[in-house]
Amino acid sequence: MDAAIEVADLRKTYRGRRTGEVRAVDGVSFRVERGEFFGILGPNGAGKTTTLEIVEGLRRPDSGEVRLLGRSPWPHSPDLTRRLGVQLQASAFFEFLTAREQIETFAELYGATKARAAEMLETVGLAEHAAVRCEKLSGGQQQRLSIACALVGDPELVFLDEPTAALDPQARRNLWDLMRAINAEGRTVVLTTHYMEEAEALCDRVAIMDAGRVKAVDSPAGFIRKLDAPTRVTIASGQLTDERIAELASGETVTGGDGTVVFETRDPRKLLTALASDGALEGLAVRTANLEDVFLHVTGREWRG
Amino acid sequence: MTATAEREAVRAPRGRAFLSLFKALGRGWIRDRSQIFFTILLPLMFMVLLASVFGSGDTAASRIVAVGDVAVLDGADADEFAVSSAPDLDAALAMLREGDADAAVVQDGAVVRIYPSATNATGGAIAEGRLSALVDDVNVEVLSAAAPGETVLATDVEEADGGALQPIQYLAPGILAWGVAISGVFGAAGTIVDWKRDKLLRRLRLTPASVKTFLGAKVSVNLVVAIGQTAVFLAVAAVAFGLRLSAWTWFAAPLVLLGTFAFLAIGVVIGGIAQTSPAAAGLSNLVTMPMAFVSGAFYPLALSPQWVQWLSYASPMRYLNEALQSVVVYGEPPSAVLPQIGFLAAFAALVGLISWKTFKFDEL
Ligand SMILES: Nc1ncnc2c1ncn2[C@@H]1O[C@H](COP(=O)(O)OP(=O)(O)OP(=O)(O)O)[C@@H](O)[C@H]1O
Ligand SMILES: [Mg+2]
Repeated sequence: MDAAIEVADLRKTYRGRRTGEVRAVDGVSFRVERGEFFGILGPNGAGKTTTLEIVEGLRRPDSGEVRLLGRSPWPHSPDLTRRLGVQLQASAFFEFLTAREQIETFAELYGATKARAAEMLETVGLAEHAAVRCEKLSGGQQQRLSIACALVGDPELVFLDEPTAALDPQARRNLWDLMRAINAEGRTVVLTTHYMEEAEALCDRVAIMDAGRVKAVDSPAGFIRKLDAPTRVTIASGQLTDERIAELASGETVTGGDGTVVFETRDPRKLLTALASDGALEGLAVRTANLEDVFLHVTGREWRG
Repeated sequence: MTATAEREAVRAPRGRAFLSLFKALGRGWIRDRSQIFFTILLPLMFMVLLASVFGSGDTAASRIVAVGDVAVLDGADADEFAVSSAPDLDAALAMLREGDADAAVVQDGAVVRIYPSATNATGGAIAEGRLSALVDDVNVEVLSAAAPGETVLATDVEEADGGALQPIQYLAPGILAWGVAISGVFGAAGTIVDWKRDKLLRRLRLTPASVKTFLGAKVSVNLVVAIGQTAVFLAVAAVAFGLRLSAWTWFAAPLVLLGTFAFLAIGVVIGGIAQTSPAAAGLSNLVTMPMAFVSGAFYPLALSPQWVQWLSYASPMRYLNEALQSVVVYGEPPSAVLPQIGFLAAFAALVGLISWKTFKFDEL
């Protein structure tokens, strides 16, 4: 079977009269398997949206190849778009319609039933706002409606461009559950996000993008393993003598100050056991490497969110 | 599967998509108060305003100030003349200046001296004409009495078109053409700028419905709106303002549809240039105002300066206005307005082509 998405060497330069040339996408290649949950992680302006729009068939690349479910997204064909669900970064609605009318219109375009439309409103938690005009919904509610519209046609392949950007923490967790469920039903999901923990929590594989390029692609666990970064163990100072600290560190880095002692160790289990037997667990905090460290490592610069 | 069967299979869902888009866009239109204001209320307000400005003068009796004894006014018809008197000429002229009278009259033996109002030139001219006619009538009577058997020439003034050209008859087609023009131009330009902002078209491009279906639904909504606008406007003009509708009035529908195509095309060009709603509204004004000004919609072209008359040939409103006037007011058959239809169609095709060629779909 074909891959869900195959992208080879995409390039796109925006030419503006005032802005000059912006190389938004600069040689991007990746492949997404069917049923996979694929993330594109990167800071503002990395080129995530542009990449997604080219893959969806909204923009023509300057050069490069895209295969979507085994065929080209261009020219548009109803046979292909019927199988896609798309949530764009900016919510796009018919003016002056209520949430229900909105999703029912989209349902009709995809040949889905009103019952399916109502079910999707329920799924994203908008059932009691069904009669509210779209422009009166809050930013997060609009985003959820937009996702419901993306799912109403029962798509095989779902594109979500920063779906959790305007959501409060509770709504974000709920949406994570929803996205996991969508993926568990066998749909391929492509997600762009700013949030490290989101990519880590949801994605099978993540492409780290910066300045128009894909810097690396791997599973979150694979990234962290490859990073081979030490675990940072912090305790409150004053519990151990300096000699004991040096002994426990056994050649690895120790930093301090601010009332804490921080060990960086490759063998956290041994260190923690020793600390426990010394009874020196006050103020204990253990931090393993995460995607943030991966980003720093991969792009050579600090994460700016 | 045969080719036709295959095409049928594709067409069926497209029809459904068209209907649901038409419904969604139509609902949006009805709920948008500013649209209702621009297409329905604004033209009606203009009709009220213009009818009261142009409408009063010639139907009412001319207000005449007689200075001293004016014998010729003794035979005057009260429907035509409302006579008051002033002690002297200065007082009468002061009344003219204030707009309290249309003309002053002094009879000096056999000479009837008329002072038409300069303040209200139209009312003054009408009063002058009526007074001259009155003097002629009196002369005819005197001459016939003095020389019985002699043939005496007399004039009998009938209003042109059997009185059909009341101001409302002249104004209504022009205001309607203007209403159709602004709702087409402003509507299309505003919609496109909205689409640029809210990216609806981009989202719809990723549904199985085609962009053509969507644009078709949008244009259809506008055409239906134009027909509704025309019906409401003509009904109000007929019922409240006494517009007499000819038997060919129904032909206003295809004329308005054709005009709407032309105005939508102009709006699309504007919407392609403008980036914000205020810019779209400003540019639309910049285009529709001069277009209306030189179209003869509000002021007869025959009375306009030559350069206005030349410019008017470039205004699609001129042709729509002329065609509506011929068909709705004079009751001429559609064959009489074929040139106007031709011009409108050519204009719509030309601007439509320009809008299609210059439009950057990428921005939507
Ligand atoms: N329509 C456009 N015209 C010109 N430049 C553009 C356009 N869209 C995006 N850009 C530029 O291209 C670059 C990549 O933009 P893009 O929207 O793809 O980034 P992104 O990763 O999605 O960012 P964000 O996280 O903010 O959504 C940016 O520098 C942006 O300024
Ligand atoms: Mg983006």
